[in-house]
Amino acid sequence: MNPYLLIPLLPLLGFALNGTIGPRMPGRVVSWVSCGSLLVSFALSVKLFLELSAGQESVTVHAFSWIHAGSLHIDLSFLLDPLSSVMLLVVTGVGFLIHVYSIGYMKADEAYPRFMAYMNLFVFFMLLLVMGDNFVVMFAGWEGVGLCSFLLIGFWFRNHEFNEAARKAFVMNRIGDLGFLLGMFLIYRQFGSLDYQTVFESARLMPAGDPALVGIALLLFVGAIGKSAQIPLHTWLPDAMAGPTPVSALIHAATMVTAGVYMIVRSNVIYTLAEPAATAVLAIGLATALLAATIALRQNDIKKVLAYSTISQLGFMFVAAGMGAYTAAVFHLVTHAFFKALLFLGAGSVIHGLDGEQDIRQMGGLRRHMPRTHATFLVGTLSISGIPPLAGFFSKDEILAMGWSHAAMVFVALAFASVLTAVYMFRLYWLTFHGAYRGDKHAHESPSVMTLPLVVLALLAAVGGFIGAPSYLHLPHGLKSFLEPVIAMPAAHVVSHSFEYALAGISVIVLVAVIFITRYMYVTRSRIPLEPGEERGLGRILSRKYFIDELYHSMITAPLRGLSALFAVFDRYILDAVVNAIPRIIRSASGRLRLIQQGNIGVYVLGTAAGVVFLLIVSMLL
Amino acid sequence: MNEFFVLMKTELMITAIIIFLLFAKIGGRMSNASLSGVTNLLLLATLLAGFLWPARGWLFGDMYYTDPLIVLEKAILIFGVLLIFLFAHRWLRAHQHLHEFYLLTLSALLGMCFMISSGNLLMFYLALELSTIPVAALCNFDLERKTSAEAALKMIMASAFSSGLLLLGISFVYGITGTISLQVMPAALGGSPLETAAFVLLFSGFAFKLSVVPFHLWTADVYEGSPVPVTSFLSVISKGSVAFVFITVLHKVFIPLYDAWYLALFVASVATMVIGNLFALRQQNIKRFLAFSSIAQVGFILLGMGGLESGIPVVVYFVLVYLFSNLGAFAVVSVISSASGREDISDYNGLYKTNPWLTWVMALSLFSLAGIPPTAGFFGKIFLLASGSESGNFTWVAIAALNMVVSLYYYLRIVRAMFMEKNDRPLEKIHAGLHANTALAVCLAGILLTGVIGSVYKIIDSLVY
Repeated sequence: MNPYLLIPLLPLLGFALNGTIGPRMPGRVVSWVSCGSLLVSFALSVKLFLELSAGQESVTVHAFSWIHAGSLHIDLSFLLDPLSSVMLLVVTGVGFLIHVYSIGYMKADEAYPRFMAYMNLFVFFMLLLVMGDNFVVMFAGWEGVGLCSFLLIGFWFRNHEFNEAARKAFVMNRIGDLGFLLGMFLIYRQFGSLDYQTVFESARLMPAGDPALVGIALLLFVGAIGKSAQIPLHTWLPDAMAGPTPVSALIHAATMVTAGVYMIVRSNVIYTLAEPAATAVLAIGLATALLAATIALRQNDIKKVLAYSTISQLGFMFVAAGMGAYTAAVFHLVTHAFFKALLFLGAGSVIHGLDGEQDIRQMGGLRRHMPRTHATFLVGTLSISGIPPLAGFFSKDEILAMGWSHAAMVFVALAFASVLTAVYMFRLYWLTFHGAYRGDKHAHESPSVMTLPLVVLALLAAVGGFIGAPSYLHLPHGLKSFLEPVIAMPAAHVVSHSFEYALAGISVIVLVAVIFITRYMYVTRSRIPLEPGEERGLGRILSRKYFIDELYHSMITAPLRGLSALFAVFDRYILDAVVNAIPRIIRSASGRLRLIQQGNIGVYVLGTAAGVVFLLIVSMLL
Repeated sequence: MNEFFVLMKTELMITAIIIFLLFAKIGGRMSNASLSGVTNLLLLATLLAGFLWPARGWLFGDMYYTDPLIVLEKAILIFGVLLIFLFAHRWLRAHQHLHEFYLLTLSALLGMCFMISSGNLLMFYLALELSTIPVAALCNFDLERKTSAEAALKMIMASAFSSGLLLLGISFVYGITGTISLQVMPAALGGSPLETAAFVLLFSGFAFKLSVVPFHLWTADVYEGSPVPVTSFLSVISKGSVAFVFITVLHKVFIPLYDAWYLALFVASVATMVIGNLFALRQQNIKRFLAFSSIAQVGFILLGMGGLESGIPVVVYFVLVYLFSNLGAFAVVSVISSASGREDISDYNGLYKTNPWLTWVMALSLFSLAGIPPTAGFFGKIFLLASGSESGNFTWVAIAALNMVVSLYYYLRIVRAMFMEKNDRPLEKIHAGLHANTALAVCLAGILLTGVIGSVYKIIDSLVY
């Protein structure tokens, strides 16, 4: 057996163990099982990464043949190549840190073993998703992470509102999954296989712009829209924040929501040849990046701000993928996993320290009470805002430069979205950690089992960018050369060094200005955000998220409700009558037939003889 | 000589176990526990030995034939018998005629092995009798119970009648073709009406053993009257062996009469599914219920036999799946019956409260029998339907699909009763014991894994040629 099969297997075992006998084991054992399994998986992922970067060929590991029907052959097998290796590192590495953090965050919960079991199950499915060597295995993981997300959003299922949020996430994802499924059907029709290798090799031979390729790319992208919460299916992600904060960090920021980006990068051969689909990816990504960033400006729930920020950053990744800059997309995916996990966990630490308070108007001045959380959160804020030389700067800079060489419009929009990012993040930062404390709860720092992962993530968010340092720094772009074998046609990088220096310089100046302006507004003049109801004009539109939820409600939900009420009447009085009649008939027939069977062997023999005669008639006369 | 040992090793080993049992009976010193331990181990050895050098070849002229697929079929049957021995361990250990039980069961098993391997009709007939008569004696194994004796009597009468039909069919075939060799026969068959008549008689003989409607009437009484291990032997092992032979005979020997047998199969299958389901709906006794549900399952097997291309692998696969699911259910029934003596469906109300492990095995077995994904039964049924649709007869497939829906009702009725109904006098917590728990776990694993792991079907498919 290939040792790398253990990477997904261990979290599955952890789930099985914690899910069955977890409640009967001491909490400490539960923690060891769930975190330990991930740590070993992570170590194996590192080993794999080292082997691949030492020049070893990508390998396919065959677990067992899964579906074998007619011409359809689908194996449960894993592809270990640079792209999946990078994803493995992120999923197991960041996942491990979040698991450790969860020990502190969830320990007091009565359903702690169930929580850890679900988390392990999630990691298992995520690993299935990124390791699979065909679309079906990816889809299995894709559905699995959706299921775990549903289970974890509704983890506190006694709260009705949380269940609603879980359901919303599920339904929105179903819409996307339908697209993914249809895309898979189209792939199978076109290529007669669902294996990456076969599909991509045959796709490479097709002419660019082939309608089938465009169709496949668009359908797959619909799946990505659902999973990665892009417009118009983005509304589930902010609601998904109802789940425990480690869930938000792991699933709804660092890993699951990036699955859409991963899928597009994985299928880069198709997208490169399907120009219109790539343009659609670019357009949707850009619109999402802008729209979500503006909404984040006016949110007062600490997790909601971060949720919209996630949506916006995912938009950045899609823009990169849409421009053909797949490496940049993966790069931003990785750095985003670092700083967004950090920010969410920091927010969780704040919420934990304030006994569940999430409203930033009830916070303020927390840097004195929570020094470690504050310091790490600051690193995350600086990183996401794009201050050099933190990780976020490098990845975002690469996307911006690509945008410039693609089209000036794209660049301007992206730059604007970046500025907005800095604005909402520093608004959040100042309001939470500076000024006077406005709440009434006793604030305290979280235990070190929670702050230690924060420190590690802060380090990663600070220096993680050097895996893809730009050429003007004369450092090797490690990620690009590592991913080279997977990415078919890397987008040309035509921006001059002087432009990049200028870009870095200008962004620093703008960001510093943003920092000081927001500080002036929220600390010096201590402006407090308004209730959403009190906002006027643009602020009202932003705080109500462009009324998209209301729009969906009146356009889709309400008409559907009316229609279903109509169907309910039809169902009750017509369908039910028919449906109930059938069993009644069957039952009475069954009651009568039973009389034949009364135990008289003479009758039995007679029946047999009649049967022979009957069969003779049937087979000889008909 | 060497070939003789290689090809017939399964039969030889079973014979060796039988001889050992005879000596043990005469010697009379072994305790029941050690006797069953030794027998189980020997049977396990037989099962494993079957897989060594799975050769292909003929013996005794054209009497005996074997190939890797037949080896697998025999292995499936031996495996099933082993499972029955395991889950019935408690009942067996307490029984005063344990030697006889093993002797009769293994004689029947030996008959089945010869039947699957038979290369001519005479051999087939002898083997069939060898596999039937001991079972009739087994039906009477609850010696104090009157119904058990009645079951045995009915079994022997019914099977005598069916043997008569079979022999008549065989003599017709011999009269027409001048041969009893299955190898030569296809070339000698032309499709005359007399041949069709002969075939119908043979068909009726098979239909009896498979309890195809209307030859099923003996089934319910016999199943209900017999001890649970015997019932499960009848409904799984016996039926499985006949199904193996039947499909081979249909597909390899009577292929010139395809039109006739396809029609007979169609009519019999539809009648079997519908009647089996209708009877199963109203049963109160769990054994009787399983008897009728297994009749309905046979209707599906007949559907799968209709496909000429993938019929054989599909039927073999389904028998394996059916073995896991039905033996899982029977194992639970056996454990409960031997611990409490209760066999009514109403006794299973609220079983989950006191026996969650048994309830889960039972529920998943029933799910699998009903064909609910992702259990193995789902894949088995899908393959059967796919094979049945090969001929383009979608009426048949549609009727089968409808019957699957009806069967859902009665299978899930029991699941619902176990999980949701309240019970005034619930069954106490039952400790099944190591042997029975092993069998339960094996069945459960089989139900959950056989379908998901596609290689199982692939292996079976690769053995058919």
